[in-house]
Amino acid sequence: MAPLLDIKKATKIYGGGMLSAGPVTVALQDYDLTIEESPATITTIAGESGSGKSTLANLVLGFTDLTSGQIIYRGRDLAEMTAQERIDYRREVQAVFQDPYAVYNPFYRVKHVFDLIIRNFKMASSKAEARDMIEDALNVVGMRGEEVLEKYPHQLSGGQRQRMMMARAYMLKPKLIVADEPVSMVDASLRAMILDIMLRLRDEEGMSFLYITHDLSTAYQIGDHIYLLYQGSVAESGEAAAVIENPKHPYVQLLLDSIPVPDPSVKWGGDEATTIDDEEMRVSVDSGCRFYPRCTQRMDRCLEASPVPFPVGANNHNASCFLYDEEAKILA
Amino acid sequence: MTAATTIDSVDTVTVDRGPAEQDAILDIRNLQVFYSTPTGDVRAVDNVSFKVQRGEIIGLVGESGCGKTTTAMAILRLVQPPGRIAGGEINLDSVNLADLEGDDLRETRWTKLSLIPQGAMNSLNPVMRISSQIKDTIRTHEGRISNRELKERILQLLQLVGLPSRVYDMYPHELSGGMKQRACIAMAIALDPVLVIADEPTSALDVVVQRVVGETLLDVKERLGVSMIVIGHDMGLMAQLVDRLAVMYAGRIVEFAPVESIFNEQFHPYTQLLIESIPSIKEKKPLKLTEGLTHDLRTHMQGCIFQLRCPHVMDICREENPPMRALRSRHETACHLYDDDGVRLH
Repeated sequence: MAPLLDIKKATKIYGGGMLSAGPVTVALQDYDLTIEESPATITTIAGESGSGKSTLANLVLGFTDLTSGQIIYRGRDLAEMTAQERIDYRREVQAVFQDPYAVYNPFYRVKHVFDLIIRNFKMASSKAEARDMIEDALNVVGMRGEEVLEKYPHQLSGGQRQRMMMARAYMLKPKLIVADEPVSMVDASLRAMILDIMLRLRDEEGMSFLYITHDLSTAYQIGDHIYLLYQGSVAESGEAAAVIENPKHPYVQLLLDSIPVPDPSVKWGGDEATTIDDEEMRVSVDSGCRFYPRCTQRMDRCLEASPVPFPVGANNHNASCFLYDEEAKILA
Repeated sequence: MTAATTIDSVDTVTVDRGPAEQDAILDIRNLQVFYSTPTGDVRAVDNVSFKVQRGEIIGLVGESGCGKTTTAMAILRLVQPPGRIAGGEINLDSVNLADLEGDDLRETRWTKLSLIPQGAMNSLNPVMRISSQIKDTIRTHEGRISNRELKERILQLLQLVGLPSRVYDMYPHELSGGMKQRACIAMAIALDPVLVIADEPTSALDVVVQRVVGETLLDVKERLGVSMIVIGHDMGLMAQLVDRLAVMYAGRIVEFAPVESIFNEQFHPYTQLLIESIPSIKEKKPLKLTEGLTHDLRTHMQGCIFQLRCPHVMDICREENPPMRALRSRHETACHLYDDDGVRLH
């Protein structure tokens, strides 16, 4: 059976059109990703700002087109879909966004977001049926229709709004939900609630998630697979627990060392070499490893060519770093 | 870790950090900030009292809407209508800021206390060079200063926050988020204030940059001996950054203690909840779900403010508001669950 989502050599370059003379921005380069149809999984895409995470979300949601490469959904290339296939795709792949304040139209009651999808996708034949569907979806996220539906968005808390977005996505019974930083703007206590909903949708409803975040601790808690991006390329990938417990790529090690430990007696770990000039690190290297300017273990080799993923552990744990090139070690 | 399990280790938590008690530069007493609405006043900050010592970093944590930013805005006297300071004193160096008006207030701001605003990176003027913006600040308060002297001072400031000197001539859009944040720190300390308030200084940054900015703040505090109030909800960051931590809930401080003490032992059920909900990268644990909503801040609540969400709520909690009591050395909590020695009663 074809995988649910198969991304092959996806590259997205911004700028560089006929009229622009400036340098181009490579947001995503030769990116590969496969999500199997079953069992449902939570695949985490993590990385710092500017690493290409959100570009990936936009590509999968069809907001922007690839420069080269393919996104294949259940055997069909996104770029070659017919209008009807595209409508189905839009229904089966849903999104939950970062900012639960910006996604609502403040002039409509919140009920509107549900009415809209019921109308657009012709989901219900009667008002009663529609009402039942909405009620059912809200129950999944622990809310009751009578409490919220007639309110305006500003009357709800951030956590309530984000749960409504989950309910909206759920109502369409999608196969895949693209969640772009769904918990970065809600409080710690509500964060757990949203993450719990994601786990339940995965286990009880068989919905897969593309979970985009910069928070590695939540990725560790709920993620099945993880891809860590650095400036548009995958630095390390594998099973979330394996990667986070035993990181191999120097960038991923730096990232994990920088997470503040909730214990005042343990100070920030790792090297002190974090205060590398930000400016310098933004300059991308034309050839070779993109992490070269910041890497503490860089070699001459890293400038000559871009590292491909090398296996560093069980279950497809790969790191794109020449430190793990076993062949080269044997030759030397 | 609950209090019950650590009762035997009473002696180990008397960790003192920071200067002596009498050296307080900021002394807030019974501060009240209300927002008027058609249906009554929202008591956003209600009877908050605390002191900040010289050279100390105080952390203010709590969920959104608990009043942490409003407290900071009140200290700066930046509460906008419909909000108002309804009562209390804000003594900075023995001057009550709550009484200041006009020019006196204007002079105090930035020379004595400054702000690193929330989303500071968006607070820079996009069409002014970094140097011009800092110059503006200095000239406004100190009058005419020669260009050469100014430049030297600004370069020194940039160096202090770990920025290269070429930032002097750059525009905000040429800087990364972390650099902009550090430029804002430079601006906040330009006039050598005694107190800097940082509102969520790292919330929009990723972990590596967060760490750099956090270390910059610590470094600035070390070198200038300035006091800081850092507002945030990231408990991990707080553990790394602050000397004492104040936990706020629904407009009140419910627990206030040296950071080692509070991470070692939490008394208030809300603090326990906050610490338990920190996601870990060391061990997988089941998600901690919390039920219940904060009560309506418009109504005066009989008893403890946390009673609606508290898992240990007792009869007395519905009747009497628990006062702040020191259950350990310098570790204060407002909760009926404990006797005066911090032994749990139920």
